[in-house]
Amino acid sequence: MANADCIVLQGGNMAEAHPVGFQWVSEAKARGAKVIHVDPRFTRTSAVADKHIPIRVGSDVALLGALINYVISHDLWFKEYVVAYTNAATIVSDEFRDTEDLGGLFSGFDPTTGKYDPSSWSYADADGSGVGGTGDDEGHNKSGTASGEMAGSGGAPLEHSGVQRDETLQDPRTVFQILKRHYSRYTPEMVQEVCGISADDFTYLAKAITENSGRDRTTCWGYATGWTQHTLGAQFIRTAAILQLLLGNVGRPGGGIMALRGHASIQGSTDIPTLFNLLPGYLPMPTVGLHDTLPEYLDAIASKKQKGFWADADRYFISLMKAYFGDAAQADNNWAYDYLPRLSGPHGTYQTTVGMLAGDVEGYFVLGQNPAVGSANGRMQRLAMAKLKWLVVRDLSLIESATWWKDSPEIASGELRTEDIDTEVFFMPAATHVEKAGTFTQTQRMLQWRHQAIRPPGECQSDMDFFYQLGARIKELVADSTDEVDAPLQAVTWDYPLDEHGDPVPESVLQEINGYRTNEQGERELLSGYPELKADGSTSCGCWIYSGVFAGGQNMSARRVPRGGPNPAQNEWGWAWPADRRILYNRASADPDGKPWSERKKYIWWDEEQGKWVGDDVPDFPVDRAPHSRPDPDLGGPAALTGDDPFIMQADGKGWLYAPKGLVDGPLPVHYEAQESPVRNPLYVQQQNPARMIFAREDNLDAPSAGMPGVEVYPYVFTTYRLTEHHTAGGMSRWLPYLSELQPEMFCEVSPALAQERGLVNDGWATIVSPRAVIEAKVLVTDRMTPLTVAGKTVHQVGLPYHWGVGGTDAIVSGDAANDLIGVTLDPNTQIQESKVGSCDVIAGRRPRGAASLALLASYNERAGVTTETDNIRITDPEAELKDPAPKDDPNRDKEGWSQF
Amino acid sequence: MLEWPVLRQFRSGDYLGRGPAVESARTRNLTSRNETADRVVQSVCPYCAVGCGQRVYVKDEKVIQIEGDTDSPVSRGRLCPKGSASEQLVNAPGRQYEVLYRAPKSKEWQHLDRDTAIEMIAQRFVESRRNGWQERDDKGRLLRRTMGIASLGGATLDNEENYLIKKLFTAAGAIQIENQARI
Repeated sequence: MANADCIVLQGGNMAEAHPVGFQWVSEAKARGAKVIHVDPRFTRTSAVADKHIPIRVGSDVALLGALINYVISHDLWFKEYVVAYTNAATIVSDEFRDTEDLGGLFSGFDPTTGKYDPSSWSYADADGSGVGGTGDDEGHNKSGTASGEMAGSGGAPLEHSGVQRDETLQDPRTVFQILKRHYSRYTPEMVQEVCGISADDFTYLAKAITENSGRDRTTCWGYATGWTQHTLGAQFIRTAAILQLLLGNVGRPGGGIMALRGHASIQGSTDIPTLFNLLPGYLPMPTVGLHDTLPEYLDAIASKKQKGFWADADRYFISLMKAYFGDAAQADNNWAYDYLPRLSGPHGTYQTTVGMLAGDVEGYFVLGQNPAVGSANGRMQRLAMAKLKWLVVRDLSLIESATWWKDSPEIASGELRTEDIDTEVFFMPAATHVEKAGTFTQTQRMLQWRHQAIRPPGECQSDMDFFYQLGARIKELVADSTDEVDAPLQAVTWDYPLDEHGDPVPESVLQEINGYRTNEQGERELLSGYPELKADGSTSCGCWIYSGVFAGGQNMSARRVPRGGPNPAQNEWGWAWPADRRILYNRASADPDGKPWSERKKYIWWDEEQGKWVGDDVPDFPVDRAPHSRPDPDLGGPAALTGDDPFIMQADGKGWLYAPKGLVDGPLPVHYEAQESPVRNPLYVQQQNPARMIFAREDNLDAPSAGMPGVEVYPYVFTTYRLTEHHTAGGMSRWLPYLSELQPEMFCEVSPALAQERGLVNDGWATIVSPRAVIEAKVLVTDRMTPLTVAGKTVHQVGLPYHWGVGGTDAIVSGDAANDLIGVTLDPNTQIQESKVGSCDVIAGRRPRGAASLALLASYNERAGVTTETDNIRITDPEAELKDPAPKDDPNRDKEGWSQF
Repeated sequence: MLEWPVLRQFRSGDYLGRGPAVESARTRNLTSRNETADRVVQSVCPYCAVGCGQRVYVKDEKVIQIEGDTDSPVSRGRLCPKGSASEQLVNAPGRQYEVLYRAPKSKEWQHLDRDTAIEMIAQRFVESRRNGWQERDDKGRLLRRTMGIASLGGATLDNEENYLIKKLFTAAGAIQIENQARI
């Protein structure tokens, strides 16, 4: 970021949520970079930016789509980069129908299942058919799983990389022409209409990013949960990716799209996942019906005929099975493939909550997380926990998720009675970060080792020690079982060396993650990186992308050369996956001939004399692959990458402007309104993301959207955010006196105009009502909230920090939880809830207490006429959307394809 | 007389009286508590994902202060309010040091010995795993999983801890495992 010439911060508040990281934005600005903040609120990020552009929450695709349109229609895209490094020239199957043709739907939508069949989105094959995946399309339709996540860290698989290309980009079926048509209706006028952003502000932004992109200059985007927590969150980020690829800002210093993540190891817990859909290193968990056998599973990850490093997935997977199951994983039992459990659809945290409410889940571990406060629809979370047989909470203090059985809002309202709750609760005190050794992976993929400062006090214990001991006892309990069901538990390797206290040595686990090879003498040697992995069972590796963290027997994550040493990449500090590369896809920092795009943005280049890629970083490319090398595509895998295929994890080596596979809600981003919105979608007939995950339940009602009766009952839009002085659901901040003193109370931010409209007084109380809950907050009347004019009407937005909760023991401060207001409707790619936008009412004064609070909620929902069907209709107008489009040569159809509007 | 403030100001060159000229003997003799530390340990801030370097000062096996690590190329010694307060995270007045257990229908916690608690959890794990076991789906295809156990959390934990949790759950067939990355 420090190397950028323009930084756009959108969907986040970096100065307050990542203050120390923000120093690099300040450094860039001091060098002359332009900083622009696009956000519903004016924050401390806006205060130091060159410009703040207020936006209506949830409308980012409309803004970014209009920037794409601007870049294309003003001919400002980076031609050499786009033609050589992206799929702009690739030809798409003529089966594909765009949202332009179908009133807001892509081809392949099935209104009965609410899912797309993506087969018509594929690239055109030489014989006129589509380049398929790897035989899994039928399975996707059958099971409707969260297949978007199966693509892992790379692109979705392709049968082969022999795609059709038109390098002139003139063919109307090229990605470039489709993109151009798709975004042609995303105009500055539409931005005004959808986002509430003036034409002047739009032009300022468009000029800033285009003037600061190209050979000599780069623009960087930074986002946080303001982009992810939407029913089309993944598509927000996709839109930015398209824009950045068109501008040539990927794989280059000062470019990219930075995910500003909010937990110390949230990146690590995605790479080495405690997530339902992944195995370590973005390998998918197997799904029944798709991956019933090992060959089916491996084929679904990648074809051996496609390009890039995913073609070697068999090496990564078999090495993982050796790490998990040791000698029990052999060629003759398919490397213990059948020891793995199978998914049958999404099993995310909200599906699990529904499972708890139904009584299907007996036991629940809550590990350093506080769902009673931090998850959407908190009442649903707490009532779900009350249905458990047993609950284990591991935390530093008695958070609300540990004590809800005696002090939750549902106890106060009478919905739950302590003496009726059968749940056994175990509270296990945890160790802090200084009481154990291990690695965190920060948001730029860098692992940093923490040394242990002291032993955990009292009965406090690290999660490593707890789970090691729990696993050892479970293994003892099933040791004598002859039931095949217990075989995986008997086989799982659990023989870590122990220290003098009987606890596992943390380095030994990191070494298992790094991986070993067994040499001819039967001795284990640490691997130096993932290229050494084999598919013959001779290597084991707990997470292939982390292989190399213990290269040469040295704990590379513990490297601490001051300031990272003299190299510009500062790479003598910690270790970044994969292979210690600090900027991903950095082959794109050189032109197709291998020369730097400019002296100013020099990073990795081809050294003709040495016959290899050299520069400031570890090249993210086969190091000796010459720029003009054109290997036989039939070689498949890394060997098939041409010298100008910088995107080495993609099946065709190119950056994807258009995603023929891998996303479940469309190959191109489309603006849809949020699940709840007082604004009608001005761009398409279709109001909401048709493929969103819906939970139509009495305990998860939605406010009527624009055009429906009752919309006036919940007239305002709320959004949620973090403060500098608190951390997520408060478990690591509301128990600390310093931080609690700095931010003692739950509050809401409202504009002076809204305060006047509702009679709210600064420092007084407000009650906020959504169809899920009633909460109260102190009022902050501030110009930081800007009422926006959208579609001729004023839209008021209310800002709510989400750190407080009711209950818990010995918290210094408490208050109502903003997340109680939020409904559960999810992005279908990521299963993340839409917590950044919802509808509410705001009234002056404190909320009613006890059962009266429930009565107020019921009266609101009755007045709004809310039912479980409200907002849960998939197709807004089937007549306008599902009918077959007119043939292309239809004289009645205008050339823009707008005829039906 | 030479110790008169005005003379001290001239003598020390601290003409504006903002430095050594206005220092009392008591102030002069104060030392940073960090200087008395038995050892300094390099660590990383546990809050957001920026990954700021920390130096942990330990005396008599207690953490006495946590400060920014000036060596870190990420943070150059800086910490935000949360990172600066992290000594209080370790020594928080409301921190729990004991294992607690709440029996069904009970209104109170009771203390349990840690090994006993882990043994009880292990037994419940094995039993609930069995109760929620699904060997095959309705088409006879292998599922080999349990829906009886779930887990939430991991983004505040170490990579090595996440690795062990996922490994144990996967071997047990427990698929419902999630963390903050989904939220």
